[in-house]
Amino acid sequence: MNIIVTIKQVPDAANVRINPETKTLVREGVESMMNPLDAYALEEAVRLKEKLGGKVTVVCMGPPMAEAVLREAISLGADEAVLLSDRAVAGSDTLATSYALSQTIKKIGDYDLILGGKQAIDGDTAQVGPGIAVNLDIPQVTCVRKVRECADGKMVVERMTEEGYDVVEVTLPAVVTVVKEINEPRIASLKGKMAAKRAQIKVMTAADIEADLTRLGLKGSPTNVVEIFSPDARQGGVKIEGAPEEQAKSLVTALKEAQLL
Amino acid sequence: MPIKINKETCVGCGACVSQCPFGALSLVDNCAFVEETKCKFCGKCATVCPCEAITVVKEEMEAKDDLGSYKDIWVFAEQKKGQVAGVSFELLAKARELASQKPNTVWAVVLHDGSNAAICDELIKKGADKVLSVSAPELKDFDDLTYSNVLYRLAKERKPEIILCGATTIGRALMPRVAVMLKTGLTADCTQLHIDPETGLLIQTRPAFGGNIMARIRCQNTRPQMATVRHKVFAEMEPDASRSGEVEAVPFNKEDLSLRSKVLEVVENIGEQVKLTDANIIVSGGRGMKGPENFALLKELAEALGGAVGASRAAVDAGWIPYAHQVGQTGKTVCPKVYIACGISGQIQHLVGMQSSDVIVAINKDPECPMMKIANYAICGDLFEIIPLIIKELKK
Repeated sequence: MNIIVTIKQVPDAANVRINPETKTLVREGVESMMNPLDAYALEEAVRLKEKLGGKVTVVCMGPPMAEAVLREAISLGADEAVLLSDRAVAGSDTLATSYALSQTIKKIGDYDLILGGKQAIDGDTAQVGPGIAVNLDIPQVTCVRKVRECADGKMVVERMTEEGYDVVEVTLPAVVTVVKEINEPRIASLKGKMAAKRAQIKVMTAADIEADLTRLGLKGSPTNVVEIFSPDARQGGVKIEGAPEEQAKSLVTALKEAQLL
Repeated sequence: MPIKINKETCVGCGACVSQCPFGALSLVDNCAFVEETKCKFCGKCATVCPCEAITVVKEEMEAKDDLGSYKDIWVFAEQKKGQVAGVSFELLAKARELASQKPNTVWAVVLHDGSNAAICDELIKKGADKVLSVSAPELKDFDDLTYSNVLYRLAKERKPEIILCGATTIGRALMPRVAVMLKTGLTADCTQLHIDPETGLLIQTRPAFGGNIMARIRCQNTRPQMATVRHKVFAEMEPDASRSGEVEAVPFNKEDLSLRSKVLEVVENIGEQVKLTDANIIVSGGRGMKGPENFALLKELAEALGGAVGASRAAVDAGWIPYAHQVGQTGKTVCPKVYIACGISGQIQHLVGMQSSDVIVAINKDPECPMMKIANYAICGDLFEIIPLIIKELKK
């Protein structure tokens, strides 16, 4: 069972702040990290490998510094790592990104399963996983909360829905995106950390993946950002004071007056 | 390169540095420097530069030459067991508004098994001018590949200018496939839509970076323009019995059936509770709930309000309540009319999942915590004392 896990390096949103004067993002002191939902995908891949054999390859598209998340992935059990890094991909939207990643995956080849987090926490689009599935012409299941079975070129998984979950059978190879409920990621072992230090990260360029340059970057992106603005910061409102009985009464009255109840 | 800085004319004033929404600019040797990996090419720097030292070379996709032949606004009407999702009705109402700004008709596209005979009529009464109905037993449950094959074929043949869909589990699995198949743009999880009066393009506004930044996005050179839209940001129409429209039954093409994935079972285990995404009122609990047994209190309050129960990551990770209830960055994004945060301090990861709620109520013993600071109504006190009193007050 050869598994490819797509990983994105994202800013740690907990520390992303808005400068109240300039109303822009303050990135200073904001560390980059592995997209949290991708960590669950990686853990699931490593568990499947431990059960069924094979190898786990992590792939990331990003600047040279994104190598850090790939090393982290190796410390957590991945065997090989590929970084697609090229100026030609700068400014790619999800259409161009899914094309670039699917070309990279074609180059890696020999895979039974592609796993990724449901979405990345910076862009929150959830579009790249399905985009890869279309480009590779393989099936997909999104928002998976449990892998029930994996055998004979098939997988049975549970897809989280608004009402509960669907049990879905899918033929491999497939793209599967996961939600947090699927597992509890491990902490890197000492051995893992050593492996991460020694690991060779394979860096690929647009030429290496034989990409059509008109399908990458801004040229390959049908959507573009026309304006960026800060949302109006929420202002605090009313403090409801008094004895608990009065507080309860005031709240219910206020909500009724605002026709919210 | 799309951003060029003229080192001769740059005076190193730093105006661009402080204005860059992405922190991509800095001063190096008294001259502006752009870090390409952070740059989103929004061009704000060029507009604020006092010495016109920055030029943004707008590289973009070549325009397709048949853009003028696309017309009409389509809404994908998501159905489960023959019941249309609320967000689909909300989008029909919004599509009517968009259609009034630019002569267009509103089409609902529904893929179903025909078990609800009234479904097309309902879509017309709630805003559709025309319904494309593809009905077949194979379309009973959502299948990623089959559904996307059907929708792709329809869009390819009939060329809608805009396709809208709810940002639901189904919508966010289906639309990305169709967009890539059509090689067009898709904007995820929009919270505002409008037509640019100058260009006639659909301007799609969405939060990014967990809601810290809002971006307006357009899709200029390809069609259709596609967006998934968050539930509850638009209001649905009251059903109008006097509305009439056309229903076109499109036969299901068996070539579109995929056998590579199959729904074996649909499990609805949230029972009688209100779905988080549908709820007008959400009562949510965090670390301050102290234990799993106390969520019964929140459930009681939610029932009294006709709302749903949510939770912070802390409460879910502690095993007090299932993950399906988690609101926030690694859980669900919600925007109810009223969000009542009980014993939730308001870490950024939680706030990004609920800060677009219309009204926030916080009940917390710490008056200084972030949730109390952003709440429209902040109640400082012991939630175990106050919540029963609120329930009592509601039952009066």
